[in-house]
Amino acid sequence: MLTYLIKRVLWMIPMLVGISLISFFIMHLAPGDITNNEAAFNPKASEESRQKLRELYNLDKPVIVQYGLWLKRMVQLDFGNSFAGHQKPVFWQTTDKDGNVTKGMIQEALPVTLMINILGLIITLLLAIPLGVIAAKHYQHWQDRSITLFNFIGFSIPGFWLSLLLMYWLGVMNNWLPISGLHSLNYDTLDTWDKVKDSVSHLIMPVLIPSVTGLAGITLFVKNGMLDVLNQDFITTARAKGLNEHQVVYTHALRNALLPLITIVGLSIPGLIGGSVIAETIFAIPGMGKLFYDAVLMRDFPVVMGVLTIGSALTLLGNLIADVSYAWADPRVRRGVVRG
Amino acid sequence: MISAMTAEPSGLIYMVAGESASAAIASNIFNALLKYNATLDLEGDLAESWKISDDQKTITFKLKPNLSWADGRPITSADVLFTWKSVTDEKTRSPYASDYQLVKKAEAPDALTFTVTYDQAYAPALDSWSGLQILPKHLLKDQDLHTTAFARKPVGSNYYKLDIWKNGENIQLSRNAKSVLGPAQIDKLITRIIPDNSAQFLELMADNIDTMGLDPIKYSRIIPARPELQKNLNLYKELGNSYTYMGFNLKHKPFDDARVRKAINYAIDKQEIIDGVYLGLGINIASPYKPGTRWSNPSLQPYPYDPAKAKALLKEAGFVDTDGDGIVERDGKPFAFEIITNQNKEREKSAVLIQRRLKEVGIDVNIRAIEWASFISRFIKTGDFDVVVLGWGLGLDPDQYNIWHSSQQAPGQFNFIGYNNPTIDKLLEQGRTELDPDKRMRIYHEFSKVLLEDCPIVYLSAGYGLTAMHKRVQGIVNPIPPAGVGYDSHKWYIPEPLRRNEMSAQ
Repeated sequence: MLTYLIKRVLWMIPMLVGISLISFFIMHLAPGDITNNEAAFNPKASEESRQKLRELYNLDKPVIVQYGLWLKRMVQLDFGNSFAGHQKPVFWQTTDKDGNVTKGMIQEALPVTLMINILGLIITLLLAIPLGVIAAKHYQHWQDRSITLFNFIGFSIPGFWLSLLLMYWLGVMNNWLPISGLHSLNYDTLDTWDKVKDSVSHLIMPVLIPSVTGLAGITLFVKNGMLDVLNQDFITTARAKGLNEHQVVYTHALRNALLPLITIVGLSIPGLIGGSVIAETIFAIPGMGKLFYDAVLMRDFPVVMGVLTIGSALTLLGNLIADVSYAWADPRVRRGVVRG
Repeated sequence: MISAMTAEPSGLIYMVAGESASAAIASNIFNALLKYNATLDLEGDLAESWKISDDQKTITFKLKPNLSWADGRPITSADVLFTWKSVTDEKTRSPYASDYQLVKKAEAPDALTFTVTYDQAYAPALDSWSGLQILPKHLLKDQDLHTTAFARKPVGSNYYKLDIWKNGENIQLSRNAKSVLGPAQIDKLITRIIPDNSAQFLELMADNIDTMGLDPIKYSRIIPARPELQKNLNLYKELGNSYTYMGFNLKHKPFDDARVRKAINYAIDKQEIIDGVYLGLGINIASPYKPGTRWSNPSLQPYPYDPAKAKALLKEAGFVDTDGDGIVERDGKPFAFEIITNQNKEREKSAVLIQRRLKEVGIDVNIRAIEWASFISRFIKTGDFDVVVLGWGLGLDPDQYNIWHSSQQAPGQFNFIGYNNPTIDKLLEQGRTELDPDKRMRIYHEFSKVLLEDCPIVYLSAGYGLTAMHKRVQGIVNPIPPAGVGYDSHKWYIPEPLRRNEMSAQ
């Protein structure tokens, strides 16, 4: 098991280099650089000043040289500073000589996105597992049909459209929930309990809407897994032993049906980090999706590369965790691994 | 008062940040030497007076006495000199440095005097000094302007000071007790960062923000149709300092022929674009200056919509439909070109209307919309285009040397249409060195006339800037003066009973 782990971790290094190489080239092959952004298309901004900027950021050098420079910094885990106006550190905070701390862009955006997406995933799972089980238990009865219908309505509705409608209904017509943002303006003056209430009320829509629209896939997965398991011999055996239906379904069948879910959750880890541009834009959430999207439009290469590198590192890590937990959960796989 | 903006500033030192979001916040915190008043004439901001020497090369500014920064330290000419030195410094990467680099010598002979000397008279100089926000030397002298923490907790001199900046969420300003221009009426200015326009509008409907910029459809359709919104909101419209145009690549045939350009101009129904794309919230223009200002020549008339004249001009230039397919040809080649534009809905729609009108006079047009950075580097910079639909947003000084002078055609410069007209060149050079406003006005009136006659671009429209403001905000001058809706925002007030609870509770 340990050799397997070490091997997997070492394999991640060439993978990361490969990913960074490809993304670096794709990004730099796209036409334009930071000096072409819309703010710079101003007759008052001179070409000399843009050229100066290009030289400073080494944008005038060949792409392969730029990649070399970038890799050299990366080896020291230096993600650099954003190209945009006031050069915030891309990844982690820096402290200047006067003790002023400037927070890193990813450092600020990642927790927000992670929190929203993990909450969303948990809610999706909490809803999808019971729904899938019910659908499998009552396969092709009205319960199954209405769950499928509900799921596919959720699946087909464009998230941004549902968001805007709910924002209008819950925020404008009725003053039940805040429309956008993460905190109220007077957040800092609230006591702890009100702070929690304030945060929760701001999170309800951004967390729930993607959960509902993402429900279909996982429910179907659980349902099919259950159906497979319910038809197997050991379930018949369990029933023959005289166990009641509840025990058969929840103790024996469900545990086995949930195994493949680990893979699905593992695969969704990159999504947890990525964040959704559309949702973050609509709800005014300063998360990773928005950060990345804006950086691409601005051709802010250090930020783009920072997000991609950290994203791919975490993705590889996510896959590793999924594999390991699979081995932990399923003795058959574990033995296979040990032998291999 | 709570407003909303779509993008967050990267920092509040405008000369290095460069983006409009930064300008919007920083202008509440910092002052320049000069500023524009309601009728767009220059007046003193930090400066009490200024004098131009007889040879027009030296400007002497006298600062108002007893000014101080928000931290209590005095504002002196040393701060001004420091700011000038910073913006022109080799190491400073300011997109707007070029105006200040023309200053040959800058001095601060005493605490209240600041003089600048130019190599030759430079008319846009005064305007440039209304654009440079003066920074405090005592806080910045050993700092790197690009990374200093000052950009996120600035100390300024204007009506407001920064209280809280919550990344990606909001920026909160409060009244600066030491403001050099006296106290502002409204206690707090809060700007929320809401990237999505629809979400902003929902916040406005729910009365969570007091003001936002509108697009034509919200201004003329949605709000008038909803009594509950009309009850709460005042709407304002003002002509912006920008316009949309269709520009020809003058180095490509047949656009080098003025008759062809004019034919196209006559063939396009500009009013149709204004009505269809801007829902009537724009006007037809005949010069690159905001109508109603000093620099705009009132005697000029835009090209009318006249397809018959367009066809006649095309024929004169040699374009006739010989094979009866509805497209005109010259030397056997059909007249076809591609309009490129960036991904901007209004420009794309305008291009579609143009496409249809040009079809009617026998010109076959394709349209392509391209993402901004690719658009600029792949097409504009390389000159690899026939026709563009784009816009110019301009400053208040009439100098447009960078856009029209024949020397400004190198890749990355702004005369990318390749305009080369000796008369225009001469007028632009004169206009740059003439500091007398009346003489200067005549030069630019002549410039606009020659430009209209030569038709290197087709002016499509100048759109109105549209603003919605909650009725609790009072004291806004209506009709809006030329300087725009926000120029005297320090005089606005919110009567006590109308104030927001959550804000007075603090």
